[in-house]
Amino acid sequence: MSALGILFRRELSLAWGGGGGPLLACGFMLCLTAILPLAAGADAAILAPVAPGMAWLALALASLLSLEKLFERDFEDGALDLLSTASVPLEGVFVVKATAQWLATGLPLALTAPVAAIALGQPADLALLTAVAAAIGGLGFAFTGALGAALALGAKRGGLLIAVVVLPLFIPPVVFGAGALVRAAQDLSPVPALALLGAYVLFACAISPVAGAAAIRNTQG
Amino acid sequence: MIAVSSLTLSRGERVLFRDLSFTVAPSEAVALTGANGAGKTSLLRAVAGFIRPDAGEVTFGDTDPAEARARGLHLLGHLDGLKGGRTARAELAFQAEWLGAEPGGVERAVEALTLKPLLDLEVRKLSAGQRRRVALARLLAAPRPIWLLDEPLSPLDARWRAGVGAMMQAHLDGGGSIIAAVHDPLPVAAKALDLGGAA
Repeated sequence: MSALGILFRRELSLAWGGGGGPLLACGFMLCLTAILPLAAGADAAILAPVAPGMAWLALALASLLSLEKLFERDFEDGALDLLSTASVPLEGVFVVKATAQWLATGLPLALTAPVAAIALGQPADLALLTAVAAAIGGLGFAFTGALGAALALGAKRGGLLIAVVVLPLFIPPVVFGAGALVRAAQDLSPVPALALLGAYVLFACAISPVAGAAAIRNTQG
Repeated sequence: MIAVSSLTLSRGERVLFRDLSFTVAPSEAVALTGANGAGKTSLLRAVAGFIRPDAGEVTFGDTDPAEARARGLHLLGHLDGLKGGRTARAELAFQAEWLGAEPGGVERAVEALTLKPLLDLEVRKLSAGQRRRVALARLLAAPRPIWLLDEPLSPLDARWRAGVGAMMQAHLDGGGSIIAAVHDPLPVAAKALDLGGAA
């Protein structure tokens, strides 16, 4: 098996091992969804229009949860040095880690997103579109989130720092992703919004490995 | 062949050492000594390419430095790089394969360091010395010519200090090089390099 494959397997096992982090993120997302009706009132006329936006907000916040550990645990126990003295460049390590983050946390969250949206009163026939848009957006969240995690490496209270660095970068996918659902609910084609979402995600996937690897090297020096 | 030429390293405002030059030939070991904070770890990390020196350079014979660092060098820091929640077997298998172990390399390392009884335990249940032995196993599983070791013996008992000494001797006999930061004498014949007191 190639070095990248074995790193990928290790990342998945670390994400799922020890406390089921991804399930925790899904539970967090459902809790946020349950709080909204209690805060804003249970009137369907109020909730249904904000259901897509709320589902995306919950998705963005839940995506932050496991980012802190992504590079920090390897930094703390010395494994990051090991990851840097191999034939795979750090950019490759970054891509593998971000992709594993998406697979381990982003996809379970994408499956939870329709549940949250429908619970808030979104029409049930938009469930598939919700999950697909959340899966695409989740890839962008994973890459920009991993960039935030790399930038916050070694900082005290890194988790909070990651949230502050990364949440502004999460705005475009939230706007486009929720926009796609709103358009679909109005019987308009969601494709333009999805295309913009996809463009953002591609941009994030292209830029963040380079910037993230530079941030990691800077911390190691 | 490692050649360090007029290397100046600083951490923040503090200059650790200036114009340090030395070479390490194949089959040669260097014992780095010096007070706490003298820059032993920083020197090892500079050789491994993690720290950019203020001046001077580290070369690896005719090999491109990036290539030498990616395929030709092991850095074993004072952290072992093992995940507490995973078994020693899983961690060793990952580390060895990540560094490009040869087939049978892991078995050889397990044999040499008598790790068999530890393999199924979670790393967090191992003692510091046992963890160090698991970490040392990657040096045998994925053979690379240069070993950079940061206080490799400190958590080990007398028996394993001798055992790791034999492991180092075998590496040197096979044409490898070692730079080790130590407080106690190395168990193999080594050129001494003293970085002096804390700057």
